[in-house]
Amino acid sequence: MKNPLFQYVLSLADDALIIGQRLSEWAYRAPFLEEDIALSNISLDLFGRANLLLEYASEIKGGGTCADDLAFKRNEREFFNHLLCEQPNGDFGKTIVRQFFFDSFYLLFLTRLAKSKDLQLSAISQKSLKEVTYHFRHSSQWVIRLGAGTQESHEKLQNAVNVLWVFTDEFFNMNDIDKMMVKQKIGVDRQALKVEWDKEINKVLKKATLKRPEKGHIISGGKEGIHSEHLGHLLSDMQYLQRAYPDAEW
Amino acid sequence: MSTNELPLWEVFIQPKTGAPFQHAGNVHATDKEMALQNARDLYTRRMEGTCIWVVKADEIVSSNSNDQESFFDPANDKVYRYPTFFKVSKKAKGL
Repeated sequence: MKNPLFQYVLSLADDALIIGQRLSEWAYRAPFLEEDIALSNISLDLFGRANLLLEYASEIKGGGTCADDLAFKRNEREFFNHLLCEQPNGDFGKTIVRQFFFDSFYLLFLTRLAKSKDLQLSAISQKSLKEVTYHFRHSSQWVIRLGAGTQESHEKLQNAVNVLWVFTDEFFNMNDIDKMMVKQKIGVDRQALKVEWDKEINKVLKKATLKRPEKGHIISGGKEGIHSEHLGHLLSDMQYLQRAYPDAEW
Repeated sequence: MSTNELPLWEVFIQPKTGAPFQHAGNVHATDKEMALQNARDLYTRRMEGTCIWVVKADEIVSSNSNDQESFFDPANDKVYRYPTFFKVSKKAKGL
């Protein structure tokens, strides 16, 4: 197995990078100007987080690797983000629900990771927490606004919740690296976050008059490098420049 | 959204604690929370402020241009309203 700390940091970086890339697809296309800027801001926050984590990962890896190498020169199977992050934007409601699931998990996760024995991870988490607190406020308010809005917005939100629900459980899966990191007091016990996450989600869904789907089918695999068909398309966009003009610089 | 524009809100930013709020611009939003968030995203990205006010534009009462003469012209010939209009007596000490 590769250096487990490297894998751990890389997987966290990929979550931020991939969902950040998805959100950036809204630039110039959001429903109205203010929301366009809001989504782009959040996307940039996530790229910032990804950059810090990728720089740390490349430092662990050594051998002259840099953050850009990790972002732009890995293939699909070498990405370890959760499947939720790569799901297509769909309509605005679907993007908001995806973001809401993501933000609500990371708010809890980073609160714990801020206490990591690993000082770099702890510092990155503390910085990111302020941003995620705002992201969560943005996405949860939209869920409530649209869920409890018109019949059409309610239906679209409920549909998005139902479609994306199958990807939420993956966030609480503990793989071998997670277990190892928890043992070393570096990582976070994901399973221990589930009860609190349920509580937070239920609170918002209730305000939004949305139904929580029954526990059922679960789709996972992203953290092991097994992705949905969407990631390849996303990467071909994101990595185009470095692939066409290797090592191009500004 | 072009056919169905959201209500307009005016945004005021306080540059630092204790300072007066200054008009920064406006945003579109359906409710208070959205107005506040949009204002934050549009007008405080470069550390411009410590506090934001948003006010629904149609809640603001404004004087109109017809009032200009009766409102503001009478102040024209009253320069004595400036403190600098008055000469300070040489005898006054400690000013």
